[in-house]
Amino acid sequence: MHIKPSKGYQVFRIINTIVMILVIFVTLYPFIYLVAQSFSSDVAVSAGKVTFFPIDFTLETYKYILTKDDSFFRFYGNTIFYSVVGTIISVGGTAILAYPLSKSKLRLNKFFTPFVVFTMYFTGGMIPNYILITQWLGMGDTMWSVILPGAISTFNLLLMKSFFTGLPDELEEAASIDGMGVYGIFAKIILPLSKPILATMTLFYLVAMWNEWFGPFLYLDTRDKWPIALWVRQLVEGANNVDTSSTAEASSVQATLKSATMVLTSLPIICVYPFVQKYFVQGMTMGAVKG
Amino acid sequence: MSKVKTKQPKPVGAKTSLWHHVKKEWKLYSFLLIPILYYVLFKYVPVMGNIIAFRKYKGGANILGQGWVGFRYFKQFLGDPTFWRAFGNTLRLSIGYLLVRFPATLIFALLINEIRKKRWKKTVQTISYLPHFISLVVVCGMVKELLASNGPINAMIQSLGFDKIAFLSEPAWFDGIYIVSGVWQALGWGTILYLTAMTNINTELYEASAIDGAGRFKQAINVTIPGILPTIMTLLIMDIGGIVTSNNMQKILLLYNPLTQERADIIGTLVYRMGISGGNFSYAAAVGLFEAVIGLILVTSANFLSKKFTETSLW
Repeated sequence: MHIKPSKGYQVFRIINTIVMILVIFVTLYPFIYLVAQSFSSDVAVSAGKVTFFPIDFTLETYKYILTKDDSFFRFYGNTIFYSVVGTIISVGGTAILAYPLSKSKLRLNKFFTPFVVFTMYFTGGMIPNYILITQWLGMGDTMWSVILPGAISTFNLLLMKSFFTGLPDELEEAASIDGMGVYGIFAKIILPLSKPILATMTLFYLVAMWNEWFGPFLYLDTRDKWPIALWVRQLVEGANNVDTSSTAEASSVQATLKSATMVLTSLPIICVYPFVQKYFVQGMTMGAVKG
Repeated sequence: MSKVKTKQPKPVGAKTSLWHHVKKEWKLYSFLLIPILYYVLFKYVPVMGNIIAFRKYKGGANILGQGWVGFRYFKQFLGDPTFWRAFGNTLRLSIGYLLVRFPATLIFALLINEIRKKRWKKTVQTISYLPHFISLVVVCGMVKELLASNGPINAMIQSLGFDKIAFLSEPAWFDGIYIVSGVWQALGWGTILYLTAMTNINTELYEASAIDGAGRFKQAINVTIPGILPTIMTLLIMDIGGIVTSNNMQKILLLYNPLTQERADIIGTLVYRMGISGGNFSYAAAVGLFEAVIGLILVTSANFLSKKFTETSLW
């Protein structure tokens, strides 16, 4: 049945559209501003002339980043490396833990499941973690200090576990009758069936690792090992980056360098997220249903 | 390890012993080996490592330090005005943020729910999710760029005839910057669970309400909000539980500076400064442990209250 919308509601719809346009504008403006800065001349940016559009349009900053100074590629390469290696370890680790935990016939899960879930509500904290990584395991300043501490996220683990629980048992039983072993079933039946959740997990871990800065900030002393996020932080902090940009060329892009680096750091995420956001949304809602 | 166990044939149907069960299913259990070791090493050893809050530890490979000191470090920080300043800031910033963000996301979700054109709705949602995916370092970098003395916001203020504001070094502005940038990050993403809950509301309820003469606004109040109340409660519990321990510490670490510290320093940043920068590991661990315990108590009591009054709970 359709009731003609009241006049008040029609007014509301117009206001609502205006509110939405405002929200979109406020959400996007910081990005517009960064992009505008990155294509402007250093002089215009320093003088605070840029607001919406590039002033004195120039590609100098990007040229400098991509051809004159190798720090960007080094840090960007590190981020790609940590993200890829970290994601492989994380997805693998999450899968092999989630699979047995999803089997109700395993009686010891009565112990293992709470053992794992407890870590969502109580964590060791920064200091014990720091001591463990740097003093006890001697992993300070290695890639492992970046990758391992957050390798398995318990939230992601529970998502994957509930996915495995939802798979029909019949397939596994049939394969087992055909003489397939436990490992064979996992590799040849479970994993191919789990492509959607594996894709979701890959994205979750990939984005988290791409954006990670605190672990590297705590543990990586050698600058050459930094991910791009730490480089951005240093550029934003400003005071410290004088030593790296002592050349005339570098000082000519001083003010635009950070915006351009921030743009390049976020670019892969901005390009990819519209296409993968539905997996994140599904993950969120699945997690909420699980409680 | 008693591998030589006398095997007694069990009568069919009887519950097998645990040993038999593990032996039969050992291949499945073998999956657990590495991940459980991982949990022990990277999640439980740090939990145990909090023992240094009760011991004297000044760095070095001996994780246990040089002997028991009881509650010395707890007494120390409880008598330290810097701690209480951080404690107050933690509560003020978290509660302030919650009070603004919580209704903002709820209202935004209700407004999105009123959009009738599918593609427009999708566009609004997709764009509003963007900040969630952006690195915290970039978010804080943007905040600093926008609020810089030669940034666009100050340009606008000046064009209106006012004086520039030193947002980033003025302690009084910190709350506002922290809260507004947080809402900017969370607004769109925070609507997801509400919107999912809204799609699960039976459309007949809306029709019945319309027959009773309720307009769209009344329908939102009488049908939509009651329909998503369990979701509202669950999210509120999680947020209240996280008031002390929420990991906004990273954001403040990126945003604050010595000038704004009096309003910006929270427990997490205090732990960082005392422990990692200052090397007072035991003292910092004591503060961190205190924070974690309060957090656990908060989430447990919020959950208990919610169970009692709304029949919704996390566990």
